[in-house]
Amino acid sequence: MKQYKHHTLSVLVENKAGVLSRIAGLFARRGFNIYSLAVAPTDDQKFSQITIVVDVQSAPLEQITKQLFKLINVVKISELDPATSCEYELILAKINAPGNNRASIIELVQLFGGKIVDIGISQLTVMLADSPTKVDDFEALLEPYGIIEVQRTGRVALAKQETSSAKLRSISGKVS
Amino acid sequence: MELTGAQALIKSLEAQGVEVIFGIPGGAILPVYDPLIDSPLRHILVRHEQGAGHMAEGYAHVSGRPGVAMVTSGPAATNIVTALADAYMDSIPMVCITGQVALGSIGTDAFQEADTTGITMSVTKHNWLVTSAQDIPRIIKEAFHVATTGRPGPVLVDIPKDVSNQLMQWYWPDEVDMPGYKPTVKGHPKMIKQAAKLILEAKKPVIYAGGGIIRAGASDQLKTLAELISSPVATTLMGRGCFPDEHELAMGMPGMHGTYTAVTAIQKADLLIALGVRFDDRVTGKISSFAPNAKVIHVDIDPAELGKVRHPEVPIVGDVGYVLTELIKEIKNLEKKQDQSDKSAWLKQIKDWQIRFPLTYDKEQTKVIKPQFVVETLSANTPEDTIVVSGVGQHQMFATQYWKFNRPNQWVNSGGLGTMGFAIPAAIGAKVANPSAMVWAIDGDGCFQMTAQELVTASSEKIPIKVAILNNAYLGMVRQWQEMFYEERYSEVYLSPDLPDYVKWAEAMGCVGFRVESPDEVAIVIEKANAINDRPVVIDFRTDSSEKVYPMVPSGASNDDIVVDPSQGQGGM
Repeated sequence: MKQYKHHTLSVLVENKAGVLSRIAGLFARRGFNIYSLAVAPTDDQKFSQITIVVDVQSAPLEQITKQLFKLINVVKISELDPATSCEYELILAKINAPGNNRASIIELVQLFGGKIVDIGISQLTVMLADSPTKVDDFEALLEPYGIIEVQRTGRVALAKQETSSAKLRSISGKVS
Repeated sequence: MELTGAQALIKSLEAQGVEVIFGIPGGAILPVYDPLIDSPLRHILVRHEQGAGHMAEGYAHVSGRPGVAMVTSGPAATNIVTALADAYMDSIPMVCITGQVALGSIGTDAFQEADTTGITMSVTKHNWLVTSAQDIPRIIKEAFHVATTGRPGPVLVDIPKDVSNQLMQWYWPDEVDMPGYKPTVKGHPKMIKQAAKLILEAKKPVIYAGGGIIRAGASDQLKTLAELISSPVATTLMGRGCFPDEHELAMGMPGMHGTYTAVTAIQKADLLIALGVRFDDRVTGKISSFAPNAKVIHVDIDPAELGKVRHPEVPIVGDVGYVLTELIKEIKNLEKKQDQSDKSAWLKQIKDWQIRFPLTYDKEQTKVIKPQFVVETLSANTPEDTIVVSGVGQHQMFATQYWKFNRPNQWVNSGGLGTMGFAIPAAIGAKVANPSAMVWAIDGDGCFQMTAQELVTASSEKIPIKVAILNNAYLGMVRQWQEMFYEERYSEVYLSPDLPDYVKWAEAMGCVGFRVESPDEVAIVIEKANAINDRPVVIDFRTDSSEKVYPMVPSGASNDDIVVDPSQGQGGM
């Protein structure tokens, strides 16, 4: 399997003051790197879901998850392998779009399946929600037109659905 | 029943079975000190908040119960951070209660405001900022639960002044509801089986036992295991006393200043049975050459310790006492089918190292007092159940090397953080936990000057601890490194033997002070000190400034490059 240098952790935490600070503090203190971070409420207001993309070159993933799990407010950690999860990210970008460029930008946005969300005299604000690699490509292709401002959300992810019967899959469990 | 938050706090501490609080009042914690007057809880008024923290640690070390410290906001909270960090490193259960400015003032840079929960986040197992008096009983229950279960550690509860004054309806929760906190206690049976198999096959096993054995109260199981498999045992700085030094399988301490035998046996072992230890850098030396031929069985209650430093062939998460009991059963089962490997050659080799490279110093010397001689004389002239407390530096190493420890909870020191000034307040806490035992603090002159004012606390509270200052007029360990690794260029390490005058200082603090300047007086003055039970005693032992701690593995070097006492030749392997 391909070795990814980034790995996505989906972390269920108690919705309490300072939880994010505890997680960020832990990463800083132990020298782990966060690549991106997204926080959102869950359907149960007692918990929040944090999606952290970690740099597994900075420390072994196992050590990161074990240290993270020691935080009292961390309830559950799921490791989402990019190969077996759906990962999405949203980008908003304000692009320099005077008359002569406007049509090609609109075409690019349509090809990617994005949206024009705001139109100004000489600028366009565009949006795309897609896999992180698509978003990277989109951003790179917009670059030549002149990106005025860009904002990315960081990725969110869920494990892929089972496509075969669970009984037939080989189960590799973690010990201890 | 309607109570104020402050009353609820005191009542919660009582409900939790607390018997003593080490603390000092101030602005934001004032409301809590009022109901304390009417409570049976004992309060010991310290002279500095760091002292309160170390006293709570000393208390916890000896009793196994969580120590409780209570101080006010701002500078008081920052003063106790060192003790929290110390307890965190050494896994000491401790509950610290701090006052905080009123809820509405938080974030306004109010008088004596500090972001206490923010500051202490990385040095506590968990902390809480209380925002409603109604939460106090629940949070106190949670705090003690977190501090004492799993891998023990310090916790902090920060209570704003207005929350202490708020009214609440009293209740005491039956249990805690913490969905993210469920420590694993039982080891995995499959892993325990694998461990038993490796143990039976091993020809050169070493048990590497640490503070986890003491925290888990697993000394009996450790002894049973060691005898069952005839394995020599090394006890780490935090684990001293968890296996009796007088036992024939005892090798003493491993690591930078460990015994030659313990260090070398680990290097040559084919199996390392690591129990309640964390492969600290002071034990492993250069990690890539640590125990290069050994398979590792690592038992710890903290999953994050397994594989953090050294990959274990058999990782077992669980309470080391529980795991050892299961492991012993499993080994006995397996022995019915399979014999243990013959270990006589290994044990003979160990004995040979012990004879060739014992701990040693110049014992013939009659003019100056050798610090090791003071420790040996103390060890020989004090009751069997004496509790020994030390600070950090050369004196700490001499104390752990030359005292014969035979029981757990007998040795109290700052291992991981290496906090100078730990000894005096920790000894006070230890004596409070076990008033019938004699408590000797073995301290350095540098350490003593950092927290000596707590002897005022000891005198006024009638806590008769005894202090042996190994006064070599230097920051001795720093001096040793400058001598050995900085071409004897001594930079800012000289303290003077006479300034301060330790005897006068002791007397000014309500203690009895003695000075000892020649070896033949050592035992005599120790006897005098032992006879004093109504106040603290301080002895200023004038020791040899040039004495160094041996053996020594130079920082960053391989344990194979151990340097022994010069009288024993080159050492090494």
